[in-house]
Amino acid sequence: MAGARSRFLLAALAFGYAFLYVPIVSVIVYSFNDSRLVTVWGGFSLRWWRELARNEAMIDAALLSLRIALVSAIGATILGTMAGFALARHGRFRGRALFAGLVAAPMVMPEVIMGVSMLLLFVGLERLFGGPERGFPTIVLAHVTFAAAYVALVVQSRLADFDRSLEEAAMDLGARPATVFRTITLPLIAPAVISGWLLAFTLSLDDLILTQFVAGPESQTLPMAVYSSIRMGLNPQINVVATIVVGLATVALVLSSLLTGRGTGSHAPK
Amino acid sequence: MNRHAGQSREGAHWAVVALPYAWLLVLFALPFAIVAVISFGEAAPDRAPPVALTGTVRNYTFLFTDPLYVSAYLGSLRIAAISTMFCLLLGYPIAYAIARAPARWRPALLAAIVLPFWTSFLIRVYAWKGILSENGLLNGFLRWSGLASDPGTLIGTEWAIYFGIVYAYLPFMVLPLYATLEKLDGSLLEAAADLGATPARAFLTVTLPLSLPGVVAGCLLVFIPAVGEFIIPDMLGGTETLMIGKVLWDEFFANGDWPLASAVATLMLALLAVPIALFQRLGAARPH
Repeated sequence: MAGARSRFLLAALAFGYAFLYVPIVSVIVYSFNDSRLVTVWGGFSLRWWRELARNEAMIDAALLSLRIALVSAIGATILGTMAGFALARHGRFRGRALFAGLVAAPMVMPEVIMGVSMLLLFVGLERLFGGPERGFPTIVLAHVTFAAAYVALVVQSRLADFDRSLEEAAMDLGARPATVFRTITLPLIAPAVISGWLLAFTLSLDDLILTQFVAGPESQTLPMAVYSSIRMGLNPQINVVATIVVGLATVALVLSSLLTGRGTGSHAPK
Repeated sequence: MNRHAGQSREGAHWAVVALPYAWLLVLFALPFAIVAVISFGEAAPDRAPPVALTGTVRNYTFLFTDPLYVSAYLGSLRIAAISTMFCLLLGYPIAYAIARAPARWRPALLAAIVLPFWTSFLIRVYAWKGILSENGLLNGFLRWSGLASDPGTLIGTEWAIYFGIVYAYLPFMVLPLYATLEKLDGSLLEAAADLGATPARAFLTVTLPLSLPGVVAGCLLVFIPAVGEFIIPDMLGGTETLMIGKVLWDEFFANGDWPLASAVATLMLALLAVPIALFQRLGAARPH
């Protein structure tokens, strides 16, 4: 390989990763800053960590967000796995193009549009049927709908990587579809399903816009609390929240890559 | 296959499609119809919900004639397009370098691209608020390195928005690019080289055309949500840069004008219909 070209590629990688990580590292570093100003270094200190530990509104918001994320990630995983499975394993069916569109669209749809439209749906349902109550239930429904798209993508691409001959062979040998699914398909897609769950969990934990629209007046999630705090100015406590979130996301991603990595590893050519 | 298995297989088939289909129709598609209907109403602050369905087109004539809204729509399209271009220019070499890296490094390199996406969007934009501020890291670096002794402040300008969008959406550009570049058959490049093509020529005639699906997918994944972006213009932009997502938010939360906000959303969706349809065609075509 030409030396100049590999040097260019190395430079591109170095610049790209610096661009991606300098902001994150700077936020983490400043969470240990003694100064009240988030742009001036005043020495190492844990004071903002201590202050966050006493910030009950922020802690309550984080607990609510965790509860919402746990529930909506389960919902999104079930729905997204079904959708991904339908797209990868069902050849043609009536309305397939519309279905594929509906599954993929939440990934690109501007969230303000989804936010307004889902709120109007929930307001309409409330008038017609008296529910669901705005707050936890509506937030979960909204998060399931948009996170399922990502799960579907992960599961679908995992299924597309495997040829169907294993499943077909099992069926030719007389295995019932349920058995085939349990013993062959599910183990194949399990890593994708779990990493889909982790992705849905982090997406839910982070969502501000949809949540702001569909949440009732009483629920405040972590992103909502962070957002209103930022609106009042840069606040070192937010750096502490950011550091914790980055730590959790790293754990989730490492888990997810270990799972999908090991899954593909066993099928990779030796 | 026996008949019983065939039937239950049919049943399972049906459910796997029907459940997500029904869910998405009710919770994703139906709401757009509601928004479209409400957009022909008027704000009624004394009612709950604050809407009177009068069948007026007033909201739309307002959107098309009010200079603020017209420039917000045009500004959003322009800012999204420019950011998408920057994202592609930065993302392509990264994706290419990862695809050409030794196979055992690729998962880690890729995970490092994806990791920021797993951390909070809000917090990543917040990071730029600090970096781009008057005494932030960027100006500190410019002064320290002597590149500029008196740099201006980027925060509140359109450039701050470009930084924010490119940063926040870069993983969406790199991943589809990587997916097409990684599948690229190395023997094609070898053949091109054997036939005397320079690396640059081989890139332009083999690699680039074959990676076009990834380019299109990546650009759509950045452009479409960027048009309706709210957090980035809200936190990094100034009062002069209007983006339609922020206008919609303010119309809804500050002014409480649900019908006008619905009209803003409907028109935005109409503007994005072509790119979204294109994106969906790519998605529908993928598994086959």
